[in-house]
Amino acid sequence: MDNSLKQTCLHDLHVELGAKMSPFGGFDMPIQYSGIIDEHNAVRHDVGVFDVSHMGEIFISGPDAETYVNHIFTNDIRGMEPGKILYGMMLYPDGGTVDDLLVYKESHPDHYLLVVNAANIDKDYTWMMEQAAGYQVVIDNRSEQWGQIAVQGPQAEKAVCGLLGFPEAAQLSFYTFCDCTREGQRVIVSRTGYTGEDGFEIYATPEQTRAYWKALIAAGVKPCGLGSRDTLRFEAGLPLYGDELTAEISPVMAGLGMFCKLDKPEFIGRDALAEQKANGVPRKLIGIELADKAVPRAGYPVELEDGTEVGVVTTGYHSISLEKSICFALVDSASAALGTPLWIRIRKRTFPGIVVKKRFYQTNYKK
Amino acid sequence: MSKIAEGLLYSESHEWVKVDGDVAIIGVSDFAQSEMGDITYVDMPDIDDDVTAGDDFGALESVKTSSELIAPVSGKVVARNDALEDQPEQINEDAYGAWIIKVEMSDKGELESLLNAAAYAKTIE
Repeated sequence: MDNSLKQTCLHDLHVELGAKMSPFGGFDMPIQYSGIIDEHNAVRHDVGVFDVSHMGEIFISGPDAETYVNHIFTNDIRGMEPGKILYGMMLYPDGGTVDDLLVYKESHPDHYLLVVNAANIDKDYTWMMEQAAGYQVVIDNRSEQWGQIAVQGPQAEKAVCGLLGFPEAAQLSFYTFCDCTREGQRVIVSRTGYTGEDGFEIYATPEQTRAYWKALIAAGVKPCGLGSRDTLRFEAGLPLYGDELTAEISPVMAGLGMFCKLDKPEFIGRDALAEQKANGVPRKLIGIELADKAVPRAGYPVELEDGTEVGVVTTGYHSISLEKSICFALVDSASAALGTPLWIRIRKRTFPGIVVKKRFYQTNYKK
Repeated sequence: MSKIAEGLLYSESHEWVKVDGDVAIIGVSDFAQSEMGDITYVDMPDIDDDVTAGDDFGALESVKTSSELIAPVSGKVVARNDALEDQPEQINEDAYGAWIIKVEMSDKGELESLLNAAAYAKTIE
């Protein structure tokens, strides 16, 4: 194994379960246990658990915390109530994306938790520090002190409230969280996820994370790897940083403008986004559904009927839940309208498809 | 531990060949299917297409990846296993039963560069 790879607090338990392990975001992570299709279906129809301890937890506090977070974040956190969560992005001044993240408003005044992508923890922390000049804030990267598991699927509430003993979580609606104390340690339970299903994410110490994982596995909850995490989030129309959002892909290009509040007084990247919204963007992220079973993969060219290349696939699968081949693609805006016929070059041939909405799968969130 | 069927010839790119007179029956090894995971699609050539040893003649798709199929011998495609269109998982279930194409060989001498079961076993140790 590559010694520079980090391990989560559950690493040995994945190996024990026979997981296929692979590097992701600087960590040696489980890709699959029983198989991607089996794990995917468990989350759609029953319940599964993911180790997401690789995600980053960065705490922001101080008298200027609200204005500071609002400065670096595209969504509007002003007046956010404790226990609420908002999704949004951090942007470069040119509108390119630093990362997409969740902001948790804690019960202490002027305290926020920012949850960022594993591969971006160091980059994000450096970026946040650079933007903090003139703000009275403390930026505390505690990623290595927190474990995190995601319990996802229609039976997730039963598993978290009953089996793991968090009855208070039953009251949570989508994108809210509660602070719990177990054995004198803080545990955060939020009704969030990355699958399109109801579910929870539980942040706890490494020791408690191990105890929760073991209890869930012992009770028959399906262990799920990053393979099914990707197929699930993709069907639900959710972007992955690095594929659908990058330093070159702004949230407006990715169709995520609703998470960017241009009516805020200011935030980094606001002017660039306002310009993009006013004048249009050269390329847009779209969904494409193919007529054939051939599988569009990231990097495959998207073409017009005459062979003119108009874009590229960013993520694609033969969808497990929908049983058809679908993909996200970044294409010239002139070819991005719903219903536009497009062709995808897969090896030696091209396959016809049509532009469809990116949310391929009807999500089942608890409102 | 993946199975290796005796009596077949193998390529280093994990295709197997069963020789039946001038016809080569071609599939992929149990090792290949287990590395791929759940196979969801088999991209096959058409009957009468020519294939060339060392060139790709199609691909296997699993949920996560695609993998090109490399022709172990040259010749003309005389049959393809259309059952795999609806049931590609047959390759996961029985890699040596689920053949993919049959090729009428143009040069049986090409078989000599393939591996027997014991030699193939060494390549995947």
